Amino acid sequence: MTSPLTPGITAGRLAPEVIAENFSDLHPDLDPHEAMVAADRCYFCHDAPCVTACPTEIDIPLFIRQIQAGQPEAAARTIFDQNILGGMCARVCPTETLCEGACVREIAEGKPVEIGRLQRHATDRLMARNSHPYARAAATGKRVAVVGAGPAGMACAHRLAMHGHDVVVYEARPKPGGLNEYGIAAYKTPSDFAQDEVEWLLGIGGIEIRHGQALGREITLEALRAEHDAVFLGMGLAGVNALHTEGETREGVRDAVDFIAELRQSSDLSKLPIGRRVVVIGGGMTAVDAAVQSRLLGAEEIHMVYRRGRERMSASEHELTHAATEGVRIVTNAQPVAIHGNGAAREVEFEYTEDGPDGLRPLGETFRLPADQVFKAIGQRLEGAPEGLVIEHGKIAVTGAGRTGLDGVWAGGDCTGGGEDLTVTAVAQGRDAAEDINAHLMG
Amino acid sequence: MANLATDFIGIRSPNPFWLASAPPTDKEYNVTRAFRAGWGGVVWKTLGFDPHIVNVNGPRYGAVWGADRRLLGLNNIELITDRPLEVNLREIKKVKRDWPDRAVVVSLMVPCDEASWKTILPMVEETGADGVELNFGCPHGMSERGMGSAVGQVPEYIEMVTRWCKAHTRMPVIVKLTPNITDIRHPARAAHAGGADAVSLINTVSSITSVDLDLMAPEPTIDGKGTHGGYCGPAVKPIALNMVAEIARDPETAGLPISGIGGVTTWRDAAEFLALGAGNVQVCTAAMTYGFGIIKELTAGLSLWMDEKGYGAVSDVVGRAVPNVTDWQHLNLNYVTKARIDQDLCIKCGRCYAACEDTSHQAISMTEDRVFDVIDAECVACNLCVNVCPVEGCITMERLPTGAVDERTGQTVSAEHGDWKTHPNNPMAAAAE
Repeated sequence: MTSPLTPGITAGRLAPEVIAENFSDLHPDLDPHEAMVAADRCYFCHDAPCVTACPTEIDIPLFIRQIQAGQPEAAARTIFDQNILGGMCARVCPTETLCEGACVREIAEGKPVEIGRLQRHATDRLMARNSHPYARAAATGKRVAVVGAGPAGMACAHRLAMHGHDVVVYEARPKPGGLNEYGIAAYKTPSDFAQDEVEWLLGIGGIEIRHGQALGREITLEALRAEHDAVFLGMGLAGVNALHTEGETREGVRDAVDFIAELRQSSDLSKLPIGRRVVVIGGGMTAVDAAVQSRLLGAEEIHMVYRRGRERMSASEHELTHAATEGVRIVTNAQPVAIHGNGAAREVEFEYTEDGPDGLRPLGETFRLPADQVFKAIGQRLEGAPEGLVIEHGKIAVTGAGRTGLDGVWAGGDCTGGGEDLTVTAVAQGRDAAEDINAHLMG
Repeated sequence: MANLATDFIGIRSPNPFWLASAPPTDKEYNVTRAFRAGWGGVVWKTLGFDPHIVNVNGPRYGAVWGADRRLLGLNNIELITDRPLEVNLREIKKVKRDWPDRAVVVSLMVPCDEASWKTILPMVEETGADGVELNFGCPHGMSERGMGSAVGQVPEYIEMVTRWCKAHTRMPVIVKLTPNITDIRHPARAAHAGGADAVSLINTVSSITSVDLDLMAPEPTIDGKGTHGGYCGPAVKPIALNMVAEIARDPETAGLPISGIGGVTTWRDAAEFLALGAGNVQVCTAAMTYGFGIIKELTAGLSLWMDEKGYGAVSDVVGRAVPNVTDWQHLNLNYVTKARIDQDLCIKCGRCYAACEDTSHQAISMTEDRVFDVIDAECVACNLCVNVCPVEGCITMERLPTGAVDERTGQTVSAEHGDWKTHPNNPMAAAAE
């Protein structure tokens, strides 16, 4: 029997039922009465700020009014019209920085309309009907290749299929969903929701997903272009940034994205090993997800260390507060200098920093944090981008609705610049590219 | 400390809150609980002759709710008491004996012939009850049998029955009026002419609260059918206030005591009825929604407000607003106001803009960064923006001072009163002297 105090990296630090409870739904569904009360708080603002704040521009006041009027399924339709992954976005969107952050009641009272939870209330109900709400237009005979079955790719594929095109999605991994399946904290999307959502989305028909097809490995852009009328690239960021720190290869040091993916694919979390003392390096959502989930697995002590100030962290304040509440200690203005140990990691040495007008400046003073396990979460990068694409700031450069410099090639999602790396942004880019592709093919 | 004790047509009660004739006052058990809780009086659930009536055995109430199931309106298809006359009379007698300081008035409904009234009145008198209330208001069920609102809708019948009652009892007679008529002053005048000591109003409003769209039948539904009920609760208060005021300011019924009924839920509602001329109020739906405990808020609230305003007795409040209820033609057209938006309070929801732009006078401007302002040259001071604004006090109506120019009309605001009677657009205008 292990416990949070067991040294090293080990599984089963908490009882299986405790782990199961820890990873249960973070924000359970609103029941119909709760939804009615929550919906009643919406003022149906004119030219509502929440809509402007939504990257997919869902008509939020309309869908909330439809919930008020007793038709959550109609509300869901309003949501899906703009965002076919509205179910996942309802679970993972940082609503406090998007729609709910713009809600006039957030500004007036610090208590916004619970748009995210209302969206989930609506979308869950329509999806529970197990029938797909959209029909395809007459077949156009056009074939479009979509690279990557993540949010951008699936949103693009769905919209293309709706317009009557045949879509083949090429996916490197064994399952579709992209970061929804491999990259988001498990407690945000329990019960295999990512797979259920893709399956539901495919209900439109006309979309074929081929797995084990990585760009530059099994497939090439050149071949895709030759065989299809258009290509959409939505393969995300496969590469992970390295720390370039002494001791980075020690046992117990790994990429946070790998840990999260393993966790998401684990059928029994009580068998997933975790360190007693965990250090997460980074300040984004991946870092938070790794840190919080380490805690939920039973790690005794977790530090999340970021080299700049808290205000520069890309994780939202809401997420940071959640992490702190779970017991994650957030350390800022400290950068890793070395990972010490004898074979396996034992300590991480950090140096204090100061973020000034000339950039980050090390202050010379160092400290050490004990660590059986170290997760690197300092960002991902584009890997193996095909020849001929313009790369800016490490991402594919696009103009307008995801147009690359190459004829007949569009791109969207995390692999492109512009917009935050959010599911909802990827959906918007995929959808808009699909509309542009459709206009181009049918024009 | 304000004195809440009232003397309504000679009937004394420790406070002006009576429970209206309805299910809460159908039995000794309920009434005793009410008096223990502090209610000032009751109007006992309407008595009729034996054999007693029967009620439906399916649902008898329908409702309209707000989002959090707050009950806004209730309707019912319940009839008068469904217990034997003798049982009710025995219990009334006992309650009055046990609670001599509380008002016990008995509601009555018997067929529209003198013998019936002559028979029942002495039976009630024998209980020691303080008075009777003639139920001329019930709009459902009993009205089909020529009673309730079937009487209340015919002023001649009201006068006739009231006269019989005054002739056959020494008890004070209150006539309860139905709102299901076109002009409430006529039944009130009839009651007055018949010698009524007071009128009470309103009884319930004929209503269908909702339709079951699967059964295609009104609710409450009894075996696939429904019938109209009587509507009450907060939703009917504005209707009741107007009718009370109409009677209070009618010269023909001036001074006729009024017991105000209709959606009284808080002390404020009661104060409003009193101000419009009611000598006391009767409560039902609020008690049926929340239980008798609300009497503590009603009495404490009214007392506190009276203390704050310096009213020593309930009678100081009664009718205070009546002189300010007038006809449209007397309203001062030289009173010019404009909407004013407090930018510090504004939460930028834009509801005022949507309402004004879509449905009113296009008198609110909106900038790209959502600053909303009133365009004085368009504002007719309709008050819609005030009413749709979710923030209380954010939009107000500000009076233009005398001498200012109304940008909408180009006219200088006059200090003089000027109403429709003298307005040049009125073909009937009397020339100003």
